[in-house]
Amino acid sequence: MYGGGYIFDEPNRKQLREEQLHDDPEKLAAFEDRITKGEKIEPGDWMPAEYRRQLIRLIEQHAHSEIIGALPEGTWITRAPGFKRKLALIAKVQDEVGHGQLLYNAAETLGKTREAMINDLLSGKSKYSNVFNYPAMTWADVTVIGFLIDAAAIVNQVANSKGSYGPYCRALERICYEESFHLKQGHDALIELATGTPVQKAMLQDALNRWWQPIMHFFGPPDKASHHSEKLMQWKVKMASNDDMRNQFLDTYVPKIWELGLSLPDPLLRKNTGTGRWEYSDPDWDLFFKVINGGGPCNQERLQVRKWAETEGRWVRKALMNNTERKAMPVA
Amino acid sequence: MTNPSYDPRVNRLKLGHADDPVKIEEGENWNIYEVFHQEKRGAHHEHVGCVHAPNPQLALVFAKEQFGRRKKCVNLWVVRSADILAFDLEDEDMFAGNLEKTYRDASGFKVMEKINKVKGAAKQAPGKA
Repeated sequence: MYGGGYIFDEPNRKQLREEQLHDDPEKLAAFEDRITKGEKIEPGDWMPAEYRRQLIRLIEQHAHSEIIGALPEGTWITRAPGFKRKLALIAKVQDEVGHGQLLYNAAETLGKTREAMINDLLSGKSKYSNVFNYPAMTWADVTVIGFLIDAAAIVNQVANSKGSYGPYCRALERICYEESFHLKQGHDALIELATGTPVQKAMLQDALNRWWQPIMHFFGPPDKASHHSEKLMQWKVKMASNDDMRNQFLDTYVPKIWELGLSLPDPLLRKNTGTGRWEYSDPDWDLFFKVINGGGPCNQERLQVRKWAETEGRWVRKALMNNTERKAMPVA
Repeated sequence: MTNPSYDPRVNRLKLGHADDPVKIEEGENWNIYEVFHQEKRGAHHEHVGCVHAPNPQLALVFAKEQFGRRKKCVNLWVVRSADILAFDLEDEDMFAGNLEKTYRDASGFKVMEKINKVKGAAKQAPGKA
């Protein structure tokens, strides 16, 4: 998992727009020609300053989402029901942290160090997927995350893996391969509750009701409110619009929920057979921005836990450090 | 902490305040190593990604955890990213070279034409063969 469609951007972008004006027009044309032909861009290639900046932003926030996303599920490892579920959850959480490392490395090829990215996460400057600011209250929440949030992330990641930046595509290919097990184990755990006792079913229905709004937020605000998508789509940084990805997700997964006799807390949710598009109540976007900016139920805890891990782990990193080593960025 | 966590372990930690500044120093995440993965005996080692590590031995340990835990793997190599020497991508055109390379390609040598010609001549005049 975990890359959402929505990537937070700092409001002040004037300085970089200035840089953007200085891109060599001949090099820019060659760069765009390469992308149009479907060729990949590699770390040593010339690229527009804005392309580099947007990719760092995208990949870094995807990496943070993997690391922070491991927390709500990680809390359930000790309480997972049964040995097999515990093994699967440990493996999944380890995969997510591994995905974070793959993505940090892909972002590092663009020139920002992992330390700088982690600092931006800890200071709140850089964001992560909004869904992880909500708690996993019961085991049913873990099954909903494992099935539906992973499914949503796969929709996004499969699209992005066909993008233009080589290192990000390679990382995503590996990630998507590993995700197939995550989705399957999540589905399996969810089905077990859905076909279980009335208490289990009620617990699952509660979790679905809690998670539906965050899931609808997952792909970001509707296209009509999206500001700088056009250039990013031309450069194949963004591969599908927020609404298209949301529609694709609903099309595949809503029937899988309904067929289990479960409901989703939106009376307007239905597929328009004429247009082939899903219709739904507009999610509360004010709430979405409030949660992104620190007002969600778990924002504080997530960063506190991350800071605790960095502070408490520092002596181990320092003890192993060899300062005579020459440092370099990843090659590819 | 304002709200108690749903995770009892988190509540047992002495967490600082979310606004406390914590800063990782540059270099604190060590050095970067490229990782090469061998899927089975007889196969080439293939580049699969990188790990951060303080020395080559630990880079191997982390590489095993990161790249050897899912797919089949019999061996891994690590090498410092700084030690990789590569051509400049801008010089890609030097590999284009001359497209007329039939002299170094098996398809550039057509022996069958001559063999068939000889065989054909022998069939037409069997007595003299």
